[in-house]
Amino acid sequence: MSTEPIRSVKDLPQEENLFPGTAACAGCGGLLTLRHCLKMLGENVVIVNAAGCFTLLSIYPFTPFRSSWLYTAMACAPAGAQGVRDALDILLEKGKIDPEDNLKVVVLTGDGAAYDMGLSSTSGAIYRNLDFYYICYDNEAYGNTGFQESASTPFASRTKTSPAGKGSVKKDLFGIWNSHKPPYLATISPAYPVDLANKFKKAEQYKGPKLFISLIPCPPGWSTDPSHTFKLAKLAVETGFWALKESVFGEVEHTYVPERFKPVEEYLKEQGRFSHLFSPVRKEEQLGRVQEMVNEYWERFGILL
Amino acid sequence: MKREMLTGNAAAAWGVRLAEVDYVPAFPITPQTEIIETLSGWISDGVMDTRFVTMDSEHSMITAAGAASATGVRVFTATSSQGLLYGFEMIYTVAGWRVPLVLINVSRGLSSPITLGPDHNDVLATRDTGFLQIHCENCQEVLDSVLMAYRMAEDERVLLPVIVNMDGFYLSFTREPVEIPDVEEVRRFLPAYNPSHAYFKAGHPMAQGVAVLGGEYYSYFKYQMHLASKNALDVYKKTCREFEKEFGRKYDTIEEYRLDDAEYVLIMIDSFSTMGKAAVDRAREQGIKAGLLRPRLLRPFPEEDIRKALNGKRSVAVIDQNISMGKGGILYSELAGCLYNEKNRPFLLSFIGGLGGKNISPEEFTFIFDQLVRGEEAEVETPHLLYTEQEWEGMQKLKDIAGKG
Repeated sequence: MSTEPIRSVKDLPQEENLFPGTAACAGCGGLLTLRHCLKMLGENVVIVNAAGCFTLLSIYPFTPFRSSWLYTAMACAPAGAQGVRDALDILLEKGKIDPEDNLKVVVLTGDGAAYDMGLSSTSGAIYRNLDFYYICYDNEAYGNTGFQESASTPFASRTKTSPAGKGSVKKDLFGIWNSHKPPYLATISPAYPVDLANKFKKAEQYKGPKLFISLIPCPPGWSTDPSHTFKLAKLAVETGFWALKESVFGEVEHTYVPERFKPVEEYLKEQGRFSHLFSPVRKEEQLGRVQEMVNEYWERFGILL
Repeated sequence: MKREMLTGNAAAAWGVRLAEVDYVPAFPITPQTEIIETLSGWISDGVMDTRFVTMDSEHSMITAAGAASATGVRVFTATSSQGLLYGFEMIYTVAGWRVPLVLINVSRGLSSPITLGPDHNDVLATRDTGFLQIHCENCQEVLDSVLMAYRMAEDERVLLPVIVNMDGFYLSFTREPVEIPDVEEVRRFLPAYNPSHAYFKAGHPMAQGVAVLGGEYYSYFKYQMHLASKNALDVYKKTCREFEKEFGRKYDTIEEYRLDDAEYVLIMIDSFSTMGKAAVDRAREQGIKAGLLRPRLLRPFPEEDIRKALNGKRSVAVIDQNISMGKGGILYSELAGCLYNEKNRPFLLSFIGGLGGKNISPEEFTFIFDQLVRGEEAEVETPHLLYTEQEWEGMQKLKDIAGKG
């Protein structure tokens, strides 16, 4: 792949490595993200999957991937990636497979496994400097089981197990990863495919752990219209709710900063999971708190206000 | 071939070295640490061409082991007790992946209360997972079983992982003379691993461990594992014959000790059966026609061989080093199930002994034979926990100190 940055969607690779006809929900933001990620990763990939929505992408005997797939379990996809990577390296060293048979090893996980149960094995894999890609499709709840609160659920979001709205704040997975100082990590969005594509191009030059967290609209969980997925993903970024950034060996930089931040309310009011903040009465305190948290985030980087 | 004084753990490490495994993901736990320490020492000295990686838990360790095996390399790992249980989810999973890795479990009692001494509730918890199980009595058998385990696991008719089990402390740290075969001899018996099943490589997309929706598909795959496990019985027997041809040591699915003319039989597994054999010798000196049967293979369960060996015996005591709460000995249940349809089935008694490494004294063996001779007039309920008066008094003293007397 050329090292020239991609400048527009027209320059994105034309190949599709994820085929249609999956069991994913209509309007799944995660699937859109994955499609872009796999365009950039190519077809010589083995995806190591943790239990989550995407476990249902490969159902015997069907698979939507041009690449290989290994389902592990909820807590241990990074450990599965370790085994596959190490085995491939052994086979390469011993000359049992040719260098062109080599594969990129990719962990694919939802936020439930990534932020909670799988955190220990993830930390272990980063610590061991495992050469792998880690893609987290983050819909901010345990989506596959019907939308229960996860450590990724943002403050005030309603889920099936936080019906009044979550009281605590979202866990900072990017920060946790960054404290390990891996070569490359990034947040991405399916609404910013050019930004996403360039991050994969940049990541490719580093050997070691490479993280991509994508905030993904989840129509059934968020109670939104499937056709609004792209708009919502874009609003999350334009309001500053989801910061597009990257970090190289621990140094964080934002890759896209809106010229004018839209009020976060524009993003929240579109979603059923935040509807309790607007009706039957406006919950000013909680709405104000969400906006404050967004402001505080950007102020820390001297970007806002 | 050379002969050295080795602990069970060191013998295990020698088995792994001779099997020329490619990959060892590890996580330390007492009493198996000596195995991975020995291997990591050899690897760092360049004696073994093997990749060693310390994982973040047994759950991760078993996952990495299974994933590497699915990718096409020969894999070994080891654990014990709580570690086996911590990785238990993946024990089921990697068995379902049909990967031929070998795992040594150094048996140790399970929390709670936490302890270091051995019993078999840890390994028997994996009984229904798809892992095959070989149980070892002595250090030589540990080394040999590792080699045999790979032969069995990698056979096309099997392709299932194997647990080689030994008792913690009683065997892991017991030093015995062990014959160490030469690597060329071993290569004849166990050639390099070149899997013909699919593995991950470019241009050959493969989906492993994929979901199934529907009980009919799930049942199909589970039943295939059952059939493969049954195939392992013949494969194992053939492996034993070829092992004997190459190395001169004879193994089988079961070991019979003074069993031919015996009327009263002990059934025991792993290293405590050595005590059982001594008890058989003492009973013989007193004119009791005693014998011992030691299943080596617990999965697949060698039912035919056991039935044949126990045919015509008067009474049999299963001494379980495990306890299934509210039921009793696990092996006892297996034996009862195995013998139920036999016309001349022997009278069967159940004893629980050796929990957490508790000694089984000669007096207790005498008591067991006494009960066996009484047969249906036996005075013990089933299961009967072996516990001496002296031990009872010792326990009462501790309770007094603890203020719980």
